[in-house]
Amino acid sequence: MNDFIPHFDFQRVFLAPWTANNLESTAWIALMGFLVTAACGLVGNYLILRRMALVGDAISHSVLPGIAIAFLLSRSRSATAMFVGALAAGIVTTVIIEVIHHKTRVKQDSAIGIAFTTLFAIGVILVSLFAAKVDLDQECVLYGEIAFVPLGEFTSFAGIVLGPPSVVRMAIVTLATVLLIAVFYKELLVSSFDPGLAASLGINAVLVHYALMCWLSVVVVSAFEAVGAILVIAMLILPGATASLISQRLPVIMGLTVLHAALSSVLGIHLATWLECSTAAAMVIMASTLFGAAWIFSPTDGLLRRWLRKRLAEPAVEPTVQMPQNS
Amino acid sequence: MIAKLETDGQGGPTVRLFNGPPRPIEVSEEVPLEIHDLTVAYHKKPVLWGIDLSVPKGKLVGIVGPNGAGKSTLIKAVMGLVSLSSGWIKIFGLPYKTSRTRVGYVPQRESVDWDFPVNVMDVVLMGRYGHLGLIQRPTRADRDIARESLEKVKMLPFANRQIANLSGGQQQRVFLARALAQESDLYFMDEPFAGVDAATETAIVTLMQELKDRGKTLLVVHHDLPTARNYFDMLLLLNMRVVAFGPTEQVFTHDLLQATYGGRLTILSEVAHEVKQRAT
Repeated sequence: MNDFIPHFDFQRVFLAPWTANNLESTAWIALMGFLVTAACGLVGNYLILRRMALVGDAISHSVLPGIAIAFLLSRSRSATAMFVGALAAGIVTTVIIEVIHHKTRVKQDSAIGIAFTTLFAIGVILVSLFAAKVDLDQECVLYGEIAFVPLGEFTSFAGIVLGPPSVVRMAIVTLATVLLIAVFYKELLVSSFDPGLAASLGINAVLVHYALMCWLSVVVVSAFEAVGAILVIAMLILPGATASLISQRLPVIMGLTVLHAALSSVLGIHLATWLECSTAAAMVIMASTLFGAAWIFSPTDGLLRRWLRKRLAEPAVEPTVQMPQNS
Repeated sequence: MIAKLETDGQGGPTVRLFNGPPRPIEVSEEVPLEIHDLTVAYHKKPVLWGIDLSVPKGKLVGIVGPNGAGKSTLIKAVMGLVSLSSGWIKIFGLPYKTSRTRVGYVPQRESVDWDFPVNVMDVVLMGRYGHLGLIQRPTRADRDIARESLEKVKMLPFANRQIANLSGGQQQRVFLARALAQESDLYFMDEPFAGVDAATETAIVTLMQELKDRGKTLLVVHHDLPTARNYFDMLLLLNMRVVAFGPTEQVFTHDLLQATYGGRLTILSEVAHEVKQRAT
């Protein structure tokens, strides 16, 4: 048994990462993990509300051919090329899904399955064909490696050293995500809840859909370096799903999403230190653990709360019971 | 360009012909909804065919017809939720894309996800979004209007209730309150009476009368023939085509209802007959 579970040493697992020698790299990794999970989680909330979680899956995969083609055309690993490639791939995926869904009898879930596997396969072929020419690590694209984030030269702006380039980029994307949600809160809310009403208010639901998909592509590609194409899906869905178990108000859910991001990032680092495993995977495991915890301990509708209610035979606080005269 | 649409100093639409003086358009305010030769098809099968309709102002119009007659599709076409195969739609004399904001909409209750994380007040405030600019949050005045609207449908005590915890009738009232908060001039309601209790049904009828009395025009998809006779001023009998449109007492006749509900075969053969006549 002891061969499988590494020895747990509180000093090594919880304190060592935050001591002088390791502090800086731990802090950058934690920040990156937080930024990635927060940005993905916030955008992911809208995917969950629109019942489009699978579309997030699709776009995170089809971004691969997008950046592969961007590499081939621009012959550089510049962030701009990557973003343009990812955006194009996101739009192409969305269009393909819509076209298959509307022009054939194939339903949307099948259309998603067709679109992203095809594009992903093209990406795999491109990467393996031109692996020598483009400096693109397939492993890294698929799984990412957040532990490498603090390595290499830091970005500086106007003489001030800001931090590792991927963290700076992610910080900009995360801030922009928060800003976009704040600016277009009404449009996103109405077009997600009731497209018919959105139309009568002059909001173009189709435009909102494509804009959301484009921004999703941007978030996904900037999260790639840290968590890769596969684990990013967890970051899209888990924070929002966890938050929605705890609250039923959208603004509160948004806040809890950010809290979930911070917790799963820090706890993930400690789990990875303990098990000496991939940090990104450990963060996802902690994100799922928090989901499980919310399921059990949610103050509104958790398993524990339900059990207690039954156990104490307290009169059920079913809100529909107290209906006034008019219904 | 021969004719040019512009606005005069007072904000009303005018038309300028051959660069002459601008003349006001006469049709606008008195005709809330005008549809010409509208055809809508799903996967090449027509659902609505050659619809011509001109709805006068201040009327309570019931849209009646059998299942699959295209009642909901007609509303969706006006709302721009389905694309038109042919024809045009004008709202208050303007192309429907520009004046759609004067339209209030009550969709079928099942068309939205009632587990959505919003409460009753949030939903009603959505009706005010058309009056708000980008970034702008609902003001105190908007909240007052939302509260008044909730009061009118007797749902004010539920303002902070999660929408998932409402009964069917209460959900329908929330939708009505939202439509009220929109302060529109033309309303479309898709089966507002479906699956609601008797008290809610009465409340909805009272509300529709009140809106009509304030000069609003309402088009309501309705399923129940016996009540349709009492509820509406005018009836639109629809079965893929307009079978009849007129004051209820003139349209609610055995023959016309028979033509509407008597199955599609009759309608199709009439159409075939008409086509043959046109060809010769």
